[in-house]
Amino acid sequence: MSATAQPESFRKPELICPAGSLPALKAAIDNGADAVYLGFKNDTNARNFSGLNFDLKTMAEGIRYAQSRGRQVLLALNTYAQAGRVADWRKAVDQAVDLGVNAIILADVGLLDYAAKTHPQARLHLSVQGSATSYEAINFAYEMFGVRRAVLPRVLTLAQVEHVIKNTPVEIEVFGFGSLCVMNEGRCWLSSYACGESPNTVGACSPAKFVKWDKQPDAMEVRLNGILIDRFGNDENAGYPTICKGRFEVAGETYYAMEEPVSLNVVELLPEIMRIGVAAIKVEGRQRSPAYVTQVTRALRQAIDAAAANPDRFVVKPQWMSDLAKVSEGTQATLGAYNRPWR
Amino acid sequence: MSTFIIPKFALPGFVAKIGARLPQWPHALSLICGLNLVRSLGILPAETLAEIDGRTFRVTVLDTGAVATFTLQGGVFKPVFGKASPDLQFTANLSAYLQLLARQEDPDTLFFNRQLTIEGDTELGLTVKNMLDAVDFSTLRASLSRLPGFARLRDHGDSHTQTSPA
Ligand code: SF4
Repeated sequence: MSATAQPESFRKPELICPAGSLPALKAAIDNGADAVYLGFKNDTNARNFSGLNFDLKTMAEGIRYAQSRGRQVLLALNTYAQAGRVADWRKAVDQAVDLGVNAIILADVGLLDYAAKTHPQARLHLSVQGSATSYEAINFAYEMFGVRRAVLPRVLTLAQVEHVIKNTPVEIEVFGFGSLCVMNEGRCWLSSYACGESPNTVGACSPAKFVKWDKQPDAMEVRLNGILIDRFGNDENAGYPTICKGRFEVAGETYYAMEEPVSLNVVELLPEIMRIGVAAIKVEGRQRSPAYVTQVTRALRQAIDAAAANPDRFVVKPQWMSDLAKVSEGTQATLGAYNRPWR
Repeated sequence: MSTFIIPKFALPGFVAKIGARLPQWPHALSLICGLNLVRSLGILPAETLAEIDGRTFRVTVLDTGAVATFTLQGGVFKPVFGKASPDLQFTANLSAYLQLLARQEDPDTLFFNRQLTIEGDTELGLTVKNMLDAVDFSTLRASLSRLPGFARLRDHGDSHTQTSPA
């Protein structure tokens, strides 16, 4: 703590890191994550990519690895149960409880209800895919399902985040680093429009089977189900093949009409995030490799510790920023909506 | 173990020119032997191997001029000769491959920075990438150390801490 007294709301947030595989989980824990979040190898989570995620055996091993070191495991069950298959999602809730995860991250109201009634002792978090941006929505989830934490969509300014925190008993988790999903989390139709599949339905935005990278002599073209999303010149950085980050011709001009391929990075806002009482900071990227998890966890661990030790004299180290910029999509970093002047 | 960071480098152009003229089978064979060794240790998930069985892959090292084309057939990696286009193709400089193998860099990072080109079946690419990411080096080391001649690997530290700058 610094010499200057901090407000009562001041709190050192937990660092929550992504784990798409056992080596990524170990990398997160070894480099200082307070918790990891992970998912099953199926469409019950929003990163349902071929070969990614955990079967029951590796998940049990991962949970053991984390919990024996005093860290937590949060299970993302953050897609919406599909018609006729509700039993699959309910089974995943039961398995998560049996495995002894520290919390389950849910978006679907029906599943929240099931989890709250069937496993009243389980700790439930409201997923970003639940798209709750107001304290009223969060308090509703608290009253109905006893939700203990909510992950806020990346659409609010810090002042708005503070307003939410002041008006809810639920812990608030915010995104601190990673690729941005354009400001419409949990409600995006772009991927469905192009290929009939989206994060909420099959657990993946722009599923790989619809993606075609095409090397041309002067550029790399990328198409999603035949729709040209972007052409990267040979010296230009590439990004993920999502429609929101494509370049399109609008009124005679070709540009990133929706979102630039950039990553969110809140390091310079850490003292402010602590002052308003954010409970946890989440890193995006379960689809990324252990090397990414290592680099990001290490940089954020140091930054959070430094900011918590001395929030008033916190200085951003260029090394953290360059390490984080290197692994960023588009290798650019932004503060996202947190410091947006408009609302 | 002491820290060693693999720098980004490119070998001079003449290396690739000479390399491309040399027979391609020696390094293709060593790559394939390595893959078969890893496969025989049972640390690659059987279901993912079944998914990629019958597909062809090409790994091109730009700055050495080396090209290896291979397939997985009935659970065994085998070389493929001839020019037919593979299902999946990786192209990068040697330093990028070394950084990937040491888990020092993330393939997405190298791909965004255009240091690694992946062409062909995107889903297959993702499957392979995720399969390799999921290999737990501590298990690999334990299995290797049971093989004659690999015992010395046993004393090495964990892969993801090897690259720590501290
Ligand atoms: S298209 Fe963009 S905004 Fe929509 S789900 Fe995909 S990443 Fe998110």
